[in-house]
Amino acid sequence: MKLKRYSLSILVTCVLIASVRTALAGDPGGALTYSDSVQGLKFSVNFAWTLLSAFLVFNMQAGFTFLGAGFVQKKNALNYLAMSFMDFCIGALIFWLFGFALMFGGSKLTPGLLEGNRFIGYSGFLLLGDSYDVHTSVLWMFQIMFAATACTIVTGAVAERFKFHAHIIYSMFLCGVMYPVFGHWMWGKGWLETLPFGVGARDFAGSGVVHGMGGLVAFIAAWLIGPRFGKYNPDGSANVIHGHNLVYIVIGTLILIFGWFGFNAGSTLAVTDLRVSVIAVNTLLSAAAGAVTLIYLSYFMTKKSDIIMACNGALAGCVAITASGAYVPHWAAIVIGLIASLTTRLSLYFIENKLKIDDPVGAISVHGANGLWGLLSVGIFSDGTYGGVRGVIVGSYWQLLSQFIACVTLIAWCFGMAFLFFFVLKRLLGLRVPVNIERSGIDTYEHGTSCYPGS
Amino acid sequence: MKRVFNKKTISVWLLLITVGLLFNLGTVAAADPSGASTYSDSIGGLKYAVNFSWTLLGAFLVFSMQAGFAFLGGFLRQKNMLSYMAHCFIDSTFGAMVFYFFGFALMFGGSKLAPGLDSGTPFVGNDGYMLLGNSYDVQTIMFWLFQMVFATKTVSIIAGAVAERLKFGAYLTYSFLVCGLVYPIYGHWVWGGGWLSTLPFGAGVKDFAGCACVHTVGGILALCGAIVLGPRKGKFNPDGSPNPIPGHNLVYVVIGTFILAFGWFGFNAGSTLAATDLRIAVVASNTFIAAAAGATIMLFLTWAMTGYIDVPYICNGALAGLVAITAPCAYVAPWAAVVIGVLAALAMRGTIWLVEVKMKVDDPLGAVAVHATNGIWGMLAVGFFADGTYGGVSGLITGSGWQLLAQFIGTIVAMAWSFAWGFAIFSIMRYHMNLRVSDLVEYEGLDIHIHGTPCYPVESGIVSLGGVPIEEVRKADEEQTSLLERAMSKDATREKIYSDKLGRWVYALVKPSKATPKK
Amino acid sequence: MKKIEAIIRPEKFNIVRDALTELGYPGMTVTEVKGHGSQKGISEVWRGRRYRVDLLSKIKLEIVVKDSEVEKIVNTIISESQTGSIGDGKIFIFNVENVYRIRTKEIGEAAV
Repeated sequence: MKLKRYSLSILVTCVLIASVRTALAGDPGGALTYSDSVQGLKFSVNFAWTLLSAFLVFNMQAGFTFLGAGFVQKKNALNYLAMSFMDFCIGALIFWLFGFALMFGGSKLTPGLLEGNRFIGYSGFLLLGDSYDVHTSVLWMFQIMFAATACTIVTGAVAERFKFHAHIIYSMFLCGVMYPVFGHWMWGKGWLETLPFGVGARDFAGSGVVHGMGGLVAFIAAWLIGPRFGKYNPDGSANVIHGHNLVYIVIGTLILIFGWFGFNAGSTLAVTDLRVSVIAVNTLLSAAAGAVTLIYLSYFMTKKSDIIMACNGALAGCVAITASGAYVPHWAAIVIGLIASLTTRLSLYFIENKLKIDDPVGAISVHGANGLWGLLSVGIFSDGTYGGVRGVIVGSYWQLLSQFIACVTLIAWCFGMAFLFFFVLKRLLGLRVPVNIERSGIDTYEHGTSCYPGS
Repeated sequence: MKRVFNKKTISVWLLLITVGLLFNLGTVAAADPSGASTYSDSIGGLKYAVNFSWTLLGAFLVFSMQAGFAFLGGFLRQKNMLSYMAHCFIDSTFGAMVFYFFGFALMFGGSKLAPGLDSGTPFVGNDGYMLLGNSYDVQTIMFWLFQMVFATKTVSIIAGAVAERLKFGAYLTYSFLVCGLVYPIYGHWVWGGGWLSTLPFGAGVKDFAGCACVHTVGGILALCGAIVLGPRKGKFNPDGSPNPIPGHNLVYVVIGTFILAFGWFGFNAGSTLAATDLRIAVVASNTFIAAAAGATIMLFLTWAMTGYIDVPYICNGALAGLVAITAPCAYVAPWAAVVIGVLAALAMRGTIWLVEVKMKVDDPLGAVAVHATNGIWGMLAVGFFADGTYGGVSGLITGSGWQLLAQFIGTIVAMAWSFAWGFAIFSIMRYHMNLRVSDLVEYEGLDIHIHGTPCYPVESGIVSLGGVPIEEVRKADEEQTSLLERAMSKDATREKIYSDKLGRWVYALVKPSKATPKK
Repeated sequence: MKKIEAIIRPEKFNIVRDALTELGYPGMTVTEVKGHGSQKGISEVWRGRRYRVDLLSKIKLEIVVKDSEVEKIVNTIISESQTGSIGDGKIFIFNVENVYRIRTKEIGEAAV
């Protein structure tokens, strides 16, 4: 309750301070950026491309919604949908308030992002002043979708037992603090990007920043919250709690891959950078390789062609290629997808059976494990044809060192911050719903209605 | 297989691959893989940028059509939904791999449409394997993505006609062959600079976005598959009359149609490969007009014929219009798009009658009716309605009949090519691996037997907790399964008689056996 | 009068229903149920692991008939729905106190 009371006054104060600076602005009308010339048309075309890509990534929210809804039980579907929907909305507001400023201040990518150092940025709050500019708005639009994706990934791993209010607070923390700070290190001219090994750590569209972070935070969250009731037997063996609708899972995967084109190819922020075609193709090839690998593997292992594994494999391929899509040739994309799907399969087994952490949708394995693999794959498979990034296949080992440092930092940051946050939240608020609610279904408890009211 | 995949073999393979990679030092052979020499801050460079964004977005839209195809599984029964979705999903992934490795090279080698596609003959291409060498170029790769999503659509069409009874291994085999050989080679003839595009009649065979290459080829292959595979159990009675087998979810069908129509904008309008070609506006409008016309005529037709406004037919009518306009969309005026859409829907309705009632072929989704017939009609429509305002293609309405002749030749070749390959592939597979699943699998549903899980695991609130299967039970399981198999096969070949009481065909009664109390 | 409650395989339901209608007993109540007797369940797969499902879908048929017709109907159901494999189902016979037809207010055997 205290938090609620103070947050309102903090918000009012921010708005008052901000309104003083409203008179100053970058180029909010676009009149100064655009002109009837080659340069002006260049801006137009790149804005159109980036914005459309942002819309495609927004579409991924629908994909995640479908995917997760299919994996959870019917009595908890509405809770998952609500968490998935609201974390985007709340995350958007927090990211606008100060997340974007922490992440991109000092990057000088667009107007109004001048002030910041190698560890944190501090310009661009509330997109006011010089950051009230068309170019900065395009960047913000694109970046919020990524932040929303990171938020949503964790939702899947904690579904079916997480308190809704705890989830809201977690969304604020991730989009406001955890994600922007690490994002600044990797994309905002922070210390990871400017490492002296190779060209510095590279994460093209966010394997590490978005998916790795989502997956690793999911790991800590799922571990601290504990497994669902009835998941583990007294001897430690796992029971199967299967989802309620596989059509949603397959459709969700297809929508996600569709949106991933925007996620990866849009990260050039410019279609005048013709490498977009290579990136789009790499995305698709990696997804395809991941799906095909797991459909065959599941057949050899269980005599059934398990389509859920194929979907997870496709997503694993997408996650892994997210870091390296711009830097690797096509055959390498296939290899990356193949290894990503195998990593996912191993990780699913390891996390569920050895570490005894309950993950309903497999978010830790698909996103966390492959976020790290994606970062490493940049150091291995880059062929030097774009951005000067050279990997092991062309004889250079320094890039791999940069990537490795980025991986280690990611793990340390995510585990550390997430553990602190969830530990404190557990003490203050409690993370789980009561056991009898978990057994009868969270939907009616948290949201007043079941997901399928008539049946 | 266990022998091949033990730890030692895997580590040996990994070692070989790593060593192989480490030896690949130095620079990579490529044309322009980063776009730096294609793009420049000039009108020419911006032109590239704009056209890239258009074509790539078109490709993304066509990929999203896969979700639309998957949703059309609402036409099938609940117990087989997951297997159809698996077909649609694997089409887009496995088919992409095949097209990457050699399909694209066979289709566009020699077309010189992008760097690295230089060598080929008028009959088959031979350049661009795995997008290496000179074809590792941003333009070629953009082109590859766009063409690959088209290839996967061809294979997805076939999935609709062979649904609910095809073995998964057979499915993978035909996907491989269609994406790798059948589709690329015919595509080379029409789009890759092959002999059909250089016919001396009219402007050569003109297939703007793929009526012949995608829909006719796919539809005729679907027909061959459905014929060789045979109908679903219970579809046809002994006297040949068909039974309706209703689908399980029509919401999916309508949503699927919407998603397909949305993606079709990319399919047709993206086929200019350039947003600087402002004809895209006409293309997009024609696309939608034909869809709307097809749906509307089916609305009134079903209302008049049955008294009911039949939603699946309306959806199929829209899809029929979309298929038929795929070839002529760039060449005809909007009024012609209306005519094409209306006639397409009527042709679709006629084909459903022809295929199901006359030919006695079971086509669960109506793939043959929507795709094959309208692929043919769309090609011919170019010869009728092209008005010469774009691409120098003039049809019968301008007084010239040569284009119609070229289109006719292209269509006949497509049909012959697909029939030949279709029968060959499916017949050989039937001989070697027996295409159909067993009767037990067909009765209980492909989802559980091939994919291990039902598509909707929990319909009501009752949840069953599972445990690990015990080894000792496995033998008993196998015995029981073979008993069930035998019983189901007996059912499948039982005699049927016509019952006046019920107004339909029923199984003839067996002599009732007495129930005896156990001593 | 007796009520015949038959729990049979779903795949056999249409055959049994057609046979009963041919015999002259078109009226019945049908429910989709889940359960098992000694049948051990089937093997399914989820996220790459095999597991056992022991609640299986069956169809429950309920027919109310005159006492003299019970044996004929039971034998028909058994012969049409038998496969020999575990899980074929069971038939239960109950006594019925009285039967009313709502439309015509008939009582007793005339209402069956």
